[in-house]
Amino acid sequence: MLVLTCPCCGVEADETELAAGGQAHIKRETVGASDDAFEEYMFMRENPKGVHFERWRHANGCGKWFHAARCTMTLEVFGTYTAQTYEPPADIRAAITAKRPGWSWGRFS
Amino acid sequence: MSNAVSALQGEAHTGFATITEQGLRGMITLRGDLSAAPMKKAVKALTGSGVPQMRGCVLSDSHGVAWMSPDELLILCPYTHAEAAVAELSKALAGQHFLAANMSDARAVFAITGSAARQVVAKLAPVDMAQSAFSEGEIRRTRLAQAPAAFWLRDAEMIEVMCFRSQAEYVFELLKRAAQPGSETGLF
Ligand SMILES: [Zn+2]
Repeated sequence: MLVLTCPCCGVEADETELAAGGQAHIKRETVGASDDAFEEYMFMRENPKGVHFERWRHANGCGKWFHAARCTMTLEVFGTYTAQTYEPPADIRAAITAKRPGWSWGRFS
Repeated sequence: MSNAVSALQGEAHTGFATITEQGLRGMITLRGDLSAAPMKKAVKALTGSGVPQMRGCVLSDSHGVAWMSPDELLILCPYTHAEAAVAELSKALAGQHFLAANMSDARAVFAITGSAARQVVAKLAPVDMAQSAFSEGEIRRTRLAQAPAAFWLRDAEMIEVMCFRSQAEYVFELLKRAAQPGSETGLF
């Protein structure tokens, strides 16, 4: 079972305490956006076999949203980090690079 | 004045641990910047204790304060004091960005007592209930089967469980079933 450490309350929460929030680091397009940009925001998602970034909520717990970096193939968790960021922090990227050299995901690598 | 009663009015059940609904409890949700000086001062004035550390829980006979999330505390007090306590907090925190709400009637509290109390919780929540992993002075928000709940240790042989009042019956049934004689796990 997937176990993520909630960065907001420090609990090692198993999947049954968490609610999945889908892909992380999506830029919201709104009024004035081109059709292509809006389509990208609304429908287009990464679907990697390997490194992935997601949003999760500690629903049966402190109630807060956070980010997680994990491998979709092995369920290995590289780390969890604050929801108040537009991109994965340096320490998370370094942890991924140590395990999966040469990884890339969306606009990050 | 209406006659306030708790969800199960003190109903109790004895299995390998005893489950007792705890009657009316005063509970206040207090949200805001937990590191701000006025917040610390208001909590101290009301409960006699400081703002707890992450997942901390400080209890006295009549009051208590527990860490619910990075911006939320749970204040415990006698049921009849809750309204006055909210007023006191609102006065002390006037001008701050905060929320103080009397949640007493939205909750139910159970006590699980006995040397095997930990086993009852361990059957229902995805939480390591070993002595070394969970001890006095801590609160754990989690779920009991399908119901959101939180619990803390009142002493070594008494766990207090808090849940939504609307789920009191369900949680009581769960706890009774988990404490069924003959189903002891022998752990902890
Ligand atoms: Zn949490």
